[in-house]
Amino acid sequence: MKDISLHILDVAQNSIAAGATRVEISVREKPWLDELEIAIEDNGNGMTDEALSRVEDPFYTTRTTRKVGLGIPLLKHSAEQAGGSFAIRSVPGKGTSLVAVFGRSHIDRPPVGDIAGVISSLAGMNPGMDFIYRHAAAAQGSTGEYVFDTREVKAVLGDIPLSEPAVILYLKELIEANTECAE
Amino acid sequence: MKKVKSLDDLKRMKEGLQANIALREKSEHPEAMTQIKVAMATCGIASGAKEVMDFFITNLAKRNIDAIVTQTGCMGYCYAEPTVEVRLPGQDPVVYGDVDVKKADEIIEKHIKEGELVDGIIPVNYETIDKKYSGGI
Ligand SMILES: Nc1ncnc2c1ncn2[C@@H]1O[C@H](COP(=O)(O)OP(=O)(O)OP(=O)(O)O)[C@@H](O)[C@H]1O
Ligand SMILES: [Mg+2]
Repeated sequence: MKDISLHILDVAQNSIAAGATRVEISVREKPWLDELEIAIEDNGNGMTDEALSRVEDPFYTTRTTRKVGLGIPLLKHSAEQAGGSFAIRSVPGKGTSLVAVFGRSHIDRPPVGDIAGVISSLAGMNPGMDFIYRHAAAAQGSTGEYVFDTREVKAVLGDIPLSEPAVILYLKELIEANTECAE
Repeated sequence: MKKVKSLDDLKRMKEGLQANIALREKSEHPEAMTQIKVAMATCGIASGAKEVMDFFITNLAKRNIDAIVTQTGCMGYCYAEPTVEVRLPGQDPVVYGDVDVKKADEIIEKHIKEGELVDGIIPVNYETIDKKYSGGI
């Protein structure tokens, strides 16, 4: 994957496939630890301990169209290559959460990429689900954490679907404007 | 580019959007709008599905085309990613392989606007992606 936003787009697909109705994604810059932390949490159907123990292995997948599952191993590899770490937890019937930490100034850390585009399009292409995105930028004097929540967007939109391309573009600009200090 | 900062601007956009939707509802097939499905499994994303998706979203909005973009998992054509399914109202879906921005532009201009098929269709025995391989040959 070229950048971290593409990993997020990819791993969010697992949450969608797991029947999640809510996915919470966060990107946190922690310059005092020289870390960039990505966390994704869903309320999908989760995994048993047995499945969880194999999820970091590319030869584990429950998909039927191909024999390897690459999403999780790729993210784990990418974080570890950048001097970071990866952890995933899951409770069957409750949901799954994962955290990938990257060394923020590590030479192998991929750029964050178009996170605003990823969050807005996930929201627009899955209008029946809720996405909550939190972004904590490193910049000094930043106003703390920015929170984007599709439940608020839907309250404003009323009967206009989130899938309208013009709405997706608007939300992308909104997130971009509020997370300008990224990287 | 002018930056927008809050959901207040979205409130102001609502009227324009509502007018568009009202127009659509008066058309012949209110329930059936053109659907573009982009395959979003790891293989698709790694080979450029996001750029293709972005291009569709931006250009459907810009060119004021009444269509929505949705996503699906892997269609099983990892060798031909990014893949895109196009479904015009009342018609069978068509799957295109190796879609890039140039192909996406052609799909909008020829297939979606004119109803003309474009090169690059993957011949498949399926009904829809969701019911894959359920159909005969
Ligand atoms: N959030 C989740 N909820 C439930 N199950 C999950 C979740 N994430 C991963 N899994 C399980 O772990 C398996 C492996 O995931 P991974 O993303 O590595 O590969 P994949 O999704 O099967 O295929 P690919 O990502 O290559 O398209 C999945 O098939 C699924 O069974
Ligand atoms: Mg996956």
